[in-house]
Amino acid sequence: MTDTLQTPTSQAPESRKLVTPPAAARYRFLTDKWLGRGFIAPAMALILLLSIFPLVWALYLSFTNYSATADVGSKWVGFNNYKDILTSGSTWTHAQLTVMFGVGAVVLETVLGFALAFLISRRRRGRGALTTIFLVPMMLSPVVVGLFWRFMLDVQFGVIDSFLHSLGLGQPQWLTQKNLALVSLIMVDTWQWTPFIMLIALAGLTAVPKYLYEAAEIDRASEWFKFRRITLPLVWPLLLVAILFRAIEAFRLFDLVYILTGGGPGGTSETLSYDVYKKAFYGFETGKASAYGILMVIVVTIATQFYLRYLNKIKER
Amino acid sequence: MAVRRFKPSTALEFVLLAIFIVAMLFPVVWMLETALKEQRDIFHVPAKVFHFHVTLQHFKDVFASGSSVASGFRNSIIVGALSTIIATGFGVPAAWAYSRFDIKAKQDQLFFILSTRFMPPIVVVIPIFLMYRDLNLVNSVVGLILLYSAFNLPFTIWMMKGFVDEVPGEYEDAAMLDGYSRFQAFWKVTMPLLIPGIAATAVFALIFSWNEFVFAIFLTSNSAARTAPPAIAALVGDAPIDWGLIAASAMVFVVPVLLFAFLVRKHLVAGVTLGAVRR
Repeated sequence: MTDTLQTPTSQAPESRKLVTPPAAARYRFLTDKWLGRGFIAPAMALILLLSIFPLVWALYLSFTNYSATADVGSKWVGFNNYKDILTSGSTWTHAQLTVMFGVGAVVLETVLGFALAFLISRRRRGRGALTTIFLVPMMLSPVVVGLFWRFMLDVQFGVIDSFLHSLGLGQPQWLTQKNLALVSLIMVDTWQWTPFIMLIALAGLTAVPKYLYEAAEIDRASEWFKFRRITLPLVWPLLLVAILFRAIEAFRLFDLVYILTGGGPGGTSETLSYDVYKKAFYGFETGKASAYGILMVIVVTIATQFYLRYLNKIKER
Repeated sequence: MAVRRFKPSTALEFVLLAIFIVAMLFPVVWMLETALKEQRDIFHVPAKVFHFHVTLQHFKDVFASGSSVASGFRNSIIVGALSTIIATGFGVPAAWAYSRFDIKAKQDQLFFILSTRFMPPIVVVIPIFLMYRDLNLVNSVVGLILLYSAFNLPFTIWMMKGFVDEVPGEYEDAAMLDGYSRFQAFWKVTMPLLIPGIAATAVFALIFSWNEFVFAIFLTSNSAARTAPPAIAALVGDAPIDWGLIAASAMVFVVPVLLFAFLVRKHLVAGVTLGAVRR
C-alpha cells in the first residue's frame, strides 16, 4: 500500500464519531423479523378486510334466509339454501351453459391464439409491431367490448349483419335468437382474449432454444416432427397456465352477459354468475345467492387445485 | 446462408396474418368511425364503411357540462390514481419483505394472496354491498378507492416480488456492512433500483382500476361516485340509444389505456397474468 492511501486515515476516526452515530443503532428495534411483519401487515390487513371478510360474511349469510330488502330479521336455516340450489334443475342448466361457454371460448382462444403466436414467431421482422396490434382487444374494458359488439351485432343496423346480407348469407339475430346468443358470447370472448393466449404462447415460443431445431435439422427431422417433439412440449406448460387463467375467468363470466345479452333470450345465455346476480339483486334472496356463490368458490378452488397438481407433474418431467 | 425463396407456405402465412389483423382491428376501427359519423350515417343500411361525413359533435357531447360521462371520467381518474397509489404503497414493501425474508409458509401465503383475485366478483360484491351499506360507503368514491386498492394488491405484490427478486440481496448486505440498517438498505439501495418496476406495476394497476366494471356498477348509483365504465354502460338505457355518443365515450375511455399499455409492453406477459408468469 502507498502512503497516499494511508495518510488520511490517521484523522478520520475522530471526525466520524462526530458526524453520525452508526446508522444501524438508530433503528435497532427494526429487526428483520419485525421489519418483515410490519411491511406485510398493512397489505394483508387490506386484503383480509375487503376480500376474505366479505367471503366469511357470505358464508354466514348462506346459512340464513336473510334478504337485503326485508325489514324482518333473518333466521338460521342450516343447509337448506345449499339443498335448494343443488336440487334445483335450473342450477344445472346454468352450470351446463357456463361449461359450454367456457369450453367453447377457451378451446377457440387456445387454438387461434397458439396459431397466431406460431405465425408471428415465424416472421423475422415486424414481430413487435404485430404483437402490439393484436394486443389491442385485450386491454379494453369489458364495458367497451360489450358495447362495441352489441352495436355491431344489432339486427337492424349492425355492421356484421349488413355485411352478411350483402353476401347473401341472411341476417342472423345474434343476440336475440335462442342458442345463437351463447354463440355470440363465445365469439366476443374469443375476440377479446385470443391475444392473451397468443401473448403467452409467443413468450414460450421465443424461449425455445434455437440449437434444438438445429440439432433436429442435422437429423433431417420433418417440420411436423420438430413441431410435435420440440415446440409443443416446451410451450405446453406455459400454455396450460394461460388456459387456467382463461378457464377461471370464463367460469365467473358476468360483465359480458350483463351488457351483451342480459341473459336472454329466455335465459339461454345466463351463466352461473348472472344467475347469482339475479337471485341477489332481483329476487332479493341474499342468503340463497350467497350459498350459490360459496358453491361457485368451492368448485373453482377444487378444480384449480387438481389442475395445478397436474401442471406441477408436467413441469417436473 | 440460404437464399430466400418465395414459398407458397409463406404466402399462406401472410394471408392468415392479414385475416387475423382485420378481425382483431375491425371492431375498433368501426367504433372510431361511428364516433365520427353523423347520426343518419350511423344507422345507414347497408353500413357505410368509407364514404361518410366526419363530425366531432359526439366528442363535444362527451365533455359537455353536466354530461354523466364527463363526471364518470372525473371519478375514474380520482379512483384510479388514489387506489393505485395505495396499492403501490402497501404492495411494494410487502413484496420486498416476501422476497428477502424467510417467512413461515411463504409460498402458501403468496398463493393465498393471488387466489383472492380469482373469486367471482359477483359473489364478493354481495357482502361488500351489505358491509358498505352499514359503513355509508355505498356510492362513495372512498369506498371504491379502498376496494380497488385491495383488488390491485395481489397483483402488485406478485409483480413487484418478481422485480425485487431481480435485485441481488448482496447489495443490501454490502450496505449493511457500511453501517446501514436493514430499513435504510431497502430505502436507499434497493428502492432506487426498483423505480422502473414500480412504474410498470403502477401502470397496470391503473389500467385494472380504470377498466373495472362489476364492482363499480353495483356500488355506485349516481354521478357522485359513478366511474366511467358504468356511466358509459348506462347510456344504453336511453331510448333511442345514441350510439354516436357511446362510441365517442368509449374511444375517449380507451385511448389512455392503449397509450399506457404501449408504455409497459415489455412487461405485458407478467402484467396480464397478475405477475404469475415471468419470462
